[in-house]
Amino acid sequence: MTNTLHRYGNAESFRDDYILFAIPCKGKNDEGAVEKQKTFLRICQKHGPSNMGNGDCGSHKPTQKMNPTQHWNRDATPDFENVIEGVHKTGTVAAVFNSREKAEACLRDVIEADLGLSINMSTSVEGAHQAAQCCGIHRHSVEYSLGFADPHDHLPNSQVLELSTMCGHGMVSFNFARKMLDMVREGRRSPEQAVATLARFCPCGVYNPDRAKRILEEARSHTA
Amino acid sequence: MQIDPNKCVACANCVPVCPMGAIYIDPKINRATIDSDACVECGTCFRMSKEHLNPTFVRTVRGLAKMFRFRFEPEPDVCPTSSFVLDELAWPRIVRRVFSDPVVEHASTGIKGRGTEEVKTNDVAHRVDVGEVGYVIEFGRPGVGVRFHEIQAMTTALAALGVKFEAKNPITHLMTDQSTGALKVDLLNEKILSAIVEIKTTIEMVPKVLDTITEVSKQIDTVIAVGCSTRCDENGEDKVLAPLLEDLGYAAVRAKTNLGLGRVTNVAKKEQVGDEHLASVR
Repeated sequence: MTNTLHRYGNAESFRDDYILFAIPCKGKNDEGAVEKQKTFLRICQKHGPSNMGNGDCGSHKPTQKMNPTQHWNRDATPDFENVIEGVHKTGTVAAVFNSREKAEACLRDVIEADLGLSINMSTSVEGAHQAAQCCGIHRHSVEYSLGFADPHDHLPNSQVLELSTMCGHGMVSFNFARKMLDMVREGRRSPEQAVATLARFCPCGVYNPDRAKRILEEARSHTA
Repeated sequence: MQIDPNKCVACANCVPVCPMGAIYIDPKINRATIDSDACVECGTCFRMSKEHLNPTFVRTVRGLAKMFRFRFEPEPDVCPTSSFVLDELAWPRIVRRVFSDPVVEHASTGIKGRGTEEVKTNDVAHRVDVGEVGYVIEFGRPGVGVRFHEIQAMTTALAALGVKFEAKNPITHLMTDQSTGALKVDLLNEKILSAIVEIKTTIEMVPKVLDTITEVSKQIDTVIAVGCSTRCDENGEDKVLAPLLEDLGYAAVRAKTNLGLGRVTNVAKKEQVGDEHLASVR
């Protein structure tokens, strides 16, 4: 899930961004992997994730037949059961946590379950290293993000980048992230409403609503 | 992707949603319109929440509100009349969807995904070993997009260094000659949201490869994100690549960490591993 590798921000900004994901390896441990993926997600669900995804959908998803009255009372509750029951084939399943404590507690249970799937953590280099040490395991491999090379100045400001790159597949556009920032600053949407709207565009369920909410609140207070 | 002009009410909700900025309201017809050359067929607009309101009714209400200068506050992620229509795409345009839409199956092209398992399954696949470095060079993301001729500029430069392209990577599948890094000619002007080139080298090659990537990135009009991976030692430490990257001036603050919990569990594979072990003992 390279789509969580290149999130924009410094190490401090990843303090509330820990993604655990499980992935079977084709030909090595993919037999019976669907049930193991579901087990992984059920373990994650116990530890209060901010979001979960199964590769086809996340726990915040668009509505295909919206009733006009929903404009005033849209439900932004994450639907974890739908994500778990929606695992029908082998692939990556992921859960997003807003603290190292939650991610570590979940990781301990995943170690205990001994699923045999490859388990990865995407966060700051140090955050994952410390979590592994606290759980008594050694890192096997590390893939470092070297950030963006943008010699032609295509990229927007840091707040827009932080919001947009949390969907690593690029489904949260710069313009839409900017629009949500503006709507929050202008008092036309609460940070919670804006975050729910942003998260619906990430079909993999790795968007971090809690980190996005913090970024939006910080942007609002800096405007005041 | 198409927008049905009989349904569209020009509410413009879809305009900022498009990652490529390919949607605009055409003032001549007062409908949302897609610049098909800029569109990468990612499906983001199609996946917006949908209402199925009567277009005539919505246009009337919007027209009245506009006349009185009322401010609209619709939900910003909703297409009120469900106007988007998925096209049946043919080669080579189908490649846009394959590389840009994360939820589309793409057996028709024979391309096996946008990227591979990289080091995510390195604990069982052993793709990158101690002393080796894997690279994922990603083009176009976030939010810029890339054309295949720009990717080819990089693959040819890397091929000249003698690097080995990852065999299962989709870009490698689209090469006509891996020794030169040349891609299929009919694809070169196609635009996609992002693509990943994967290579592997020895640790000694890292400065040369990263220098080459930096130089080529100045020549192509997109954004590039690079990931570098390696296997940790038996204590879970990386005392080779991380210090080297620091020496080269890269501040690697974020990483994807394989926690080493995977193992071979497929029955046939386990037997094969057992046979290999016996053979080595004999």
